[in-house]
Amino acid sequence: MTTIKHHISDEILTGYAAGVLPEAFDLAVATHLSLCDECRARAMALEAVGGAVLEETETAEMAPGALDAVLARVAGTAPEAPPAAQPGTVRRKDSVLPMPLAEYAGGSLDKVAWRSVGGGVMQAVVARGDDGATARLLYIPGGTEVPDHSHHGLEMTLVLDGAFCDRGQRYGRGDVQIADETVDHTPVAEPGAACICLAVTEGRLKFSGLLPRLAQPFLRI
Amino acid sequence: MNLAPAMDKSVSEDEWVSCLWRIRTAADQEAFARLFRHFAPRVKAFLMRGGADAALAEECAQDVMATLWQKAHLFDPEKASAATWIFTIARNRRIDAARRSKRPEPEDLPWGPEPEPDAADAIGLQQESARLVKALAELPEAQRHLIERCYFGDMSHREIAAETGLPLGTIKSRIRLALERLRHEMK
Ligand SMILES: [Zn+2]
Repeated sequence: MTTIKHHISDEILTGYAAGVLPEAFDLAVATHLSLCDECRARAMALEAVGGAVLEETETAEMAPGALDAVLARVAGTAPEAPPAAQPGTVRRKDSVLPMPLAEYAGGSLDKVAWRSVGGGVMQAVVARGDDGATARLLYIPGGTEVPDHSHHGLEMTLVLDGAFCDRGQRYGRGDVQIADETVDHTPVAEPGAACICLAVTEGRLKFSGLLPRLAQPFLRI
Repeated sequence: MNLAPAMDKSVSEDEWVSCLWRIRTAADQEAFARLFRHFAPRVKAFLMRGGADAALAEECAQDVMATLWQKAHLFDPEKASAATWIFTIARNRRIDAARRSKRPEPEDLPWGPEPEPDAADAIGLQQESARLVKALAELPEAQRHLIERCYFGDMSHREIAAETGLPLGTIKSRIRLALERLRHEMK
């Protein structure tokens, strides 16, 4: 956990806490948070801002009888019992794919429906929303250039296995590279074992144009 | 237990924590009613500000409050205030309604849920959250609206971008403190 050097940006993490990201980006953030306590704590602090907003917001009167309706709905059922505590265990079923990603990818790495895209590189789309934002798994043999999956807009690449290097930086398991079309980059998988990563791109609907400006002025944590 | 509604605003975070605890341990309907009267109208307004019409917001707010009853055991006062926890339920309900799929969530922390909250840690986090609410309330209006819109999911107001360079020192330092506390909790 301590080896992660490249984290989620404030802009994207604020968008995740606020719940305004496309699903594909939510998936990448949830996957990183599963590997990174640092960003998990940051996300929880940003959720606390959401709590403060809820507390401070105006109110809208509930329908007459709403309380009774909800009580009638739940009163027959006792609140769920807490699950038995399992200290020290991670229920991860797959050593490469953290759970949120495994759920999107068929359960485990060996279930992924890879498609060859040439040069030994394979890919599998795991999430594509109506907004066009897409999350795909990439399998890049050691020493091979990571194919350019960006069209335009924001892209996020999260390493799950192996490593790639780009512009003098090394990205290993858990590291995130965030780039847009203004960044000229050519990530190359490290020689040796293949690099497996999750690459997320924006679709036709750009949220990134608005999001950084939304977040930038206030949440630099 | 018989606080007048007018005093509701000053109810401390620990009161909400104890209401949730009573729901969890004793299926306490009166505790639920107190939480409902305070939070349901806020959740409904929150959803309407994000673009839901009144009928959908009412339905979703009732769902959120039902979830609060059913999932009270998931509330952890060492990691979130009641308002923060309810915000995350409302946010997730909004996403479910828009996507018809569950929001991807991180894995559970490996050390799992604790049977009993540590009182001192919980009080610290609750106090931090209360100060964050106060810091937000004291921001200049334009700035507060900027933050609210981001969290409401109200992304249609491009003029938000024009609001820059306002002093946000207090809220930033409050978030930083909340963050330090959470980091400490996770050690
Ligand atoms: Zn991180």
